[in-house]
Amino acid sequence: MAKYILKRIAIAVIVLFGITIIDFFIMTLAGNPIEILSGGPRVNMGVLQQRAQNLGLDKPKYIQYFNWLGTVLHGDFGYSYKNYEPVNRMISEHIGPTLILMGTALLLSTLIAAVAGIYSAVHQHKAGDYIIQTIAFLGQSIPGFFLALILIYLFSVKLGVLPSGGMRRLGSAGSGIQWQYMIMPVIVLGFEMAGRNIRYIRSSMLEILNKEYLRTAEAKGIGRFRVINRHALKNALIPIITVLGMEIPNLFGGAVIVEQVFSWPGLGLMTMNAVLQRDYPVIMAVCLISAVVVLASNLVTDVLYAVVDPSVRFE
Amino acid sequence: MQSSIRRYALNDRDKTAERAETEMQESYLKSVVRRFKYHKVGYISFWILAVIAVLAVFAPLIAPYDPDRINAAFSAAPSAKYILGTDQVGRDQFSRLLYGTRVSLLVGVLATLLATVIGVILGLIAGYFGGMIDMVIMRFTDMVMSFPYILLILVAATIFEPGMWNIILILGFVDWPGVARLVRGSVLEIKEADFVHSSQIAGMSRPYILLSDILPNVTAPILVFATSVMAISILDESALSFLGMGVQPPTASLGNMLDGAQSLTILTKMPWLWIPPGVMIILLVICVNFIGDALRDALDPTTIR
Repeated sequence: MAKYILKRIAIAVIVLFGITIIDFFIMTLAGNPIEILSGGPRVNMGVLQQRAQNLGLDKPKYIQYFNWLGTVLHGDFGYSYKNYEPVNRMISEHIGPTLILMGTALLLSTLIAAVAGIYSAVHQHKAGDYIIQTIAFLGQSIPGFFLALILIYLFSVKLGVLPSGGMRRLGSAGSGIQWQYMIMPVIVLGFEMAGRNIRYIRSSMLEILNKEYLRTAEAKGIGRFRVINRHALKNALIPIITVLGMEIPNLFGGAVIVEQVFSWPGLGLMTMNAVLQRDYPVIMAVCLISAVVVLASNLVTDVLYAVVDPSVRFE
Repeated sequence: MQSSIRRYALNDRDKTAERAETEMQESYLKSVVRRFKYHKVGYISFWILAVIAVLAVFAPLIAPYDPDRINAAFSAAPSAKYILGTDQVGRDQFSRLLYGTRVSLLVGVLATLLATVIGVILGLIAGYFGGMIDMVIMRFTDMVMSFPYILLILVAATIFEPGMWNIILILGFVDWPGVARLVRGSVLEIKEADFVHSSQIAGMSRPYILLSDILPNVTAPILVFATSVMAISILDESALSFLGMGVQPPTASLGNMLDGAQSLTILTKMPWLWIPPGVMIILLVICVNFIGDALRDALDPTTIR
């Protein structure tokens, strides 16, 4: 078990190292920070050279890379090109709302997908199965932003029951997120994620239900309910863990679009603004952080597999 | 349930025997077509998509107006003259919808093609040669997969000017890891098969074994996977264009036609400007997904039909 985990960690570190290289070269490909920082044609060349020297930009690319890596490893992502704020502070200000929104959507959708997927598999080819599958299909096929537009049209414009954007009413007392503001973004994110996952969990569960040991259990006559609860559900944990792991890289993409439509002041909106303004230090920091999160979640998924399914450890 | 299991088992055996009989008499392709037709929804989706594709391809002949031409009426509601109305600058919405579908389909098809080609090549190489080559390719695949998808596309779109051709390239270069993993997995399985060993013993060259022995056997899963890549590509193009980072106006795409709906007046007062492109996206994606489903059943020799 320890060996298995160590191997996974080693692979994650290698991949992370590769990602920092890609990250850095995308940034240099994007252009010289001096040009971007100074802007405009009327700049003294001498001053520019001095600044380039101060920033170490006269050195070869690979030395620049290691310098940059050094500062990043110290947790310093530099300054935004646009408002000269430290990137660290910008991220820590915006990460909270995103985590709350994404966490809620992820938990709810996984719960719904697990229940619906298992129900669907147990009641294969019955009405409930077809209804669930159709809903899942729609979830997979409707673009999130279009669903968001429809929801805003219905609930904010026509019915006027839910706010169309932001995370709290302007001028209201206190701070933090007001729950009414979370409903529509969570629905949009959750519908998409659940749609993707229901079908996966359903087909995995069907495979499990057809396994010999379940037929044996059934043949022993302990009853269908106990067969499913005792023996099948434990094994359904594996596809559920897979689904959770698969969703984490997608979460960020969903955040960009949903936060844009609902003006949710989180990382996604911040990143979208950074993209529009070509604010590369911010973009690269977000890329790196999300890559770390993805790798970490992959690692946790792999370890959880080994915990849930002992046969994985000996591969 | 116990009895039902037994019944299923019996049915399975009967049907398998029946199927074996019918299959002896028909070619593989014919049986695939027959099983594809059996999936009713998939079959209908195929025809709907075919009709949309024909409309899109022949858009220049069908569209009543030039999609970029500015007509007299601004933001006009649908009428006999303009079937779907006109947009804020007076362009005919129906013509733009046709041209937009054309662009979105083109992006979907080409991006899928590109991703599949890259994925197949890398997957074949990684799976067949194994060892260090496999390790390097698969770690690179992990790296691409660890970047949040949309973020990678957005970053790429800021470095290269957004536009239709760049979107195709970007989506193609982002979508391949899934294909590569799938192909690698299948190759690992197939390369231990007897017929591959016999080719090796017969002294066939590696390219021959890869292309003639192994590739045909992984075509079916690739085809099924490619449909899901296409659905995702269409969705991503629309999302990117919606965010303003995709196909650039005045060229119409389904996504950038929806972009205007972020303004409240359009959202509330001019539904003809945002509902048709949205519905078209959903229709395309649903059709592609159902076709993928039907293909999965049709190409899988173990399905009982």
